[in-house]
Amino acid sequence: MIILFKIAIIFTFVLFIFPKQFQYYFGLILHLVIISISGIWAVKTLILSSKLTLPFIPFLGNNLSIEIDQLSAFFILVIDFTMLTGIIYAKGYLQPYFHKKNKIEMAWHFFNFLWLHISMLLVVSIRDVLPFLIIWEIMSLSSFFLVIFETEKEETIKIGIKYLIQMHIGVAFLMAAFIYAYVSSGETLNFDGLSVYFASHNPFGLFMLFFIGFGIKAGFIPLHSWLPHAHPAAPSHVSGVMSGVMIKMGIYGILRVLMYIHHDLFNIGLFILIMSLISGLIGVSLAIVQHDVKKLLAYHSIENIGIIGIGIGLGVIGLAKNIPVLAALGFGGGILHILNHSLFKSLLFYTAGSVYKQTHTRNIEQLGGLIKKMPKTALFFLLGAIAISGLPPFNGFISEFLIYSGIFKSLHSAGLFTDIVLMFSFAGLAIIGGLALFCFTKVFSVIFLGTTRSSKVEHATEVNSSMLIPDFIIGFMIIIIGFVPVIFVHPLSQIIGSFFIETTAIHQMISTFNNISLSSGVFIIIIGLLWALRSWQQKRQTIKEDKTWACAYTGANPAVHQYTATSYADNFRQLSSKIVNVKKDFKDFDETEIFPKKRKFETHSSDIFENYLITIPSDRILAFLEKIAVFQTGKIQHYLLYALLFLALIFLLTFLNLI
Amino acid sequence: MISLLLILISSLFFVGIIVKVKAKIAARKMPPVLQPVYDVIRLFKKGAVYSQTTSVIFKIAPLVYFSSVFLAVLFIPIGSNEGLLSFEGDFVFFAYLLGIGKFMTIISAMDTGSGFEGMGANREALYSMLAEPAFFIIAGSMALFTDNISFHDLFLHLKQDADLYYIIGIASTYVLVYIAMVENSRMPIDDPKTHLELTMVHEVMILDNSGFDLGLIHIATWLKFSIYGALISNFIISNSWNLYWQIAVFLGIQFAFSTIVGILESFRARNKIEKNPQWIIMLSAISIVVFLTVLIITQKIILN
Repeated sequence: MIILFKIAIIFTFVLFIFPKQFQYYFGLILHLVIISISGIWAVKTLILSSKLTLPFIPFLGNNLSIEIDQLSAFFILVIDFTMLTGIIYAKGYLQPYFHKKNKIEMAWHFFNFLWLHISMLLVVSIRDVLPFLIIWEIMSLSSFFLVIFETEKEETIKIGIKYLIQMHIGVAFLMAAFIYAYVSSGETLNFDGLSVYFASHNPFGLFMLFFIGFGIKAGFIPLHSWLPHAHPAAPSHVSGVMSGVMIKMGIYGILRVLMYIHHDLFNIGLFILIMSLISGLIGVSLAIVQHDVKKLLAYHSIENIGIIGIGIGLGVIGLAKNIPVLAALGFGGGILHILNHSLFKSLLFYTAGSVYKQTHTRNIEQLGGLIKKMPKTALFFLLGAIAISGLPPFNGFISEFLIYSGIFKSLHSAGLFTDIVLMFSFAGLAIIGGLALFCFTKVFSVIFLGTTRSSKVEHATEVNSSMLIPDFIIGFMIIIIGFVPVIFVHPLSQIIGSFFIETTAIHQMISTFNNISLSSGVFIIIIGLLWALRSWQQKRQTIKEDKTWACAYTGANPAVHQYTATSYADNFRQLSSKIVNVKKDFKDFDETEIFPKKRKFETHSSDIFENYLITIPSDRILAFLEKIAVFQTGKIQHYLLYALLFLALIFLLTFLNLI
Repeated sequence: MISLLLILISSLFFVGIIVKVKAKIAARKMPPVLQPVYDVIRLFKKGAVYSQTTSVIFKIAPLVYFSSVFLAVLFIPIGSNEGLLSFEGDFVFFAYLLGIGKFMTIISAMDTGSGFEGMGANREALYSMLAEPAFFIIAGSMALFTDNISFHDLFLHLKQDADLYYIIGIASTYVLVYIAMVENSRMPIDDPKTHLELTMVHEVMILDNSGFDLGLIHIATWLKFSIYGALISNFIISNSWNLYWQIAVFLGIQFAFSTIVGILESFRARNKIEKNPQWIIMLSAISIVVFLTVLIITQKIILN
């Protein structure tokens, strides 16, 4: 099977010789081959609860092998699922670009999509450091090329380069971390070598380096600033995949490193928890004030990375304080949330992409009333929105419930400080949940409900069925996890078992999960009964349609008077003005202005972390570098002079025995 | 089963009593205590008018809202009587269940395309978000106190004879009374008897609902009051009492709760709208006091 896998990898290069109309299908076949091979490996690992080691390629004289343990297997399945839906969705989404782009450009796109898939699979299954970093680099590069698909837009290139630079800062931190670990422990360049370092040193410092390196990929605040730009710029299937799984590679890295740390865990857990709470709260706050639907979803990715991190952080604290319930349910909730987030976030990106495709705008203030034109897309978006808000009976609730259970069960046995930490984490989770509800009621209503806000919506129609297939598949998974969470108990206990955690707590959840399934079932049945009752009641009464009641004002027009996204978010904006930093662009009325002229009102939100950590420092550096540019006169005489001066300097220094 | 019946019965009278108390204080003629029930029966016999702007969301939302509140009732124990559904962590499910109800009402209000309803919708979203931590911190304090995490066990193992319990009891009751007011959009968050839509929260969200749907929404409001009344009663009812005494006390507390709401609404002025968030966050602060008290009782914070 490994041979087949290698052949599939080699065949990606064949993509370029295919004519345009077959490239997609060839890419799809390759994806399917890779998915089935890696899927079989992963399922085998989980069923047999053993590790799988396969020789891959010779590398610098050594044999590089693919190692799949439970954690890798879990990630492989998540990657495969999201890539599958992504490539199915791509067909419909790329239709309009088909005529604009030439053969090579299209092939290059599919090629990178394949390589993103392959590199992510290898990232989670290669343990040798050097190849790991190379594959990590390939992943960043292929996603970079995917992001800048619309190369004709100057903005896209700019964003792409920003992304690339930040990814390389991340890699630099990772390299520093690995090199430091090996220099001071003298082990071979392998992940397992980390355990030697961690066993004999205080792990916090090195973990910080890893956290920054992997955290840039994952998008923890304040390392997130590439994320809200790259997601909107990328095509929707790419943003779905990037947000659904690629940022999780950062989480994978953090989990993998944590696997080798066995002492002094409390500070690390606390650090992860604090970073995650900040990411969760600020991510969702910033999401609320966005108008660009994909930027909004990108901020929600940060929020969800925060929720995942809260689970992991609590799990680590549980390990450190020897509270097995907290460790098991914290890790369990965090890891299940990785799967859940990959589902509903890709669903939301795909449906948002469908809306973009049909209306050519991502500004939600220009949309509205789309549920009447795109009913299926609207319902899937609603499903994703409810799930991401963590509401029952869907999947987001299950993972958050696991984290809550872990917290509440361990409150009694934990110490004072841990209790206070736990209190802040569940209060934080509750606020994040409430804010997510606030945000998604806003975005769903403004895009799909009410009436249209601009002419862009008028010609929108439902997308064709190939773009709805992934929605159906993901929707099915969301409902399954929400209604029958019990099927995930066994795999979850295996995955967290690899962190040396007692898994009894997870198995104890079985009866609770059954009760949740029962409650969810009753919920649906009550709704169904009420629907039947109302139909029966309304059959005998007159049902009329009329204008929306505007409190006796007859001139009301929903298109003018309905709430906009800005007005919906306004009361929250006032409350959190320090964080969300919204600027109004509006000239106030003058007293002398008797007949006011037409004027514009605009609001812009800016990310303070991005401003103070990226934009302002880089502007300062740029300003300094521009001053240095006076030396670059463009005259060859000057350059010769510089060379002469340099030689003179060298001579002088040697003469004085300084060098 | 007993708790379900008790909550359903007490809910029938709840709003009636509030109205009666308010009428008494204002020296108006009192409507019969079951007037709200008659109103709802009348609504169930009526047809409906739907706005042309609305979609299927508007039709399904009242049903989801009602179902979520009704299902939430099934979780509530009274004294030693278990709720119909009870499992570990059910209060998390309870809180999020009310959340899905809210989600649907909010988007159904936005569905009408009315500026007024949008106003109510975003206020409801903000206020319920702000009230959420208070409920969780109260529940968390009790989980810490009793080492149990289902509603039934929380209240069953509540050691009411512990030192400083009175702080927990009083503070929790205070917080729960006001969470009930926030959830139901009553005074001091919102004035249900006002005639100015611009200052409403819940009432303005359901402007376009009529007939059967409106009836369901009204019943859900009663149930919500009754749920919080039942939660409050659990802080007072001791499970060592016999069943009849428990039932009597429960009904007494529900009566007292509705009377208090009536009195509050008669004498208190509504908060300034922009002061509301601050006021709701205060509830979380008080619930942190409960948490700290529990830390002292469980001897994690050692005084002296």
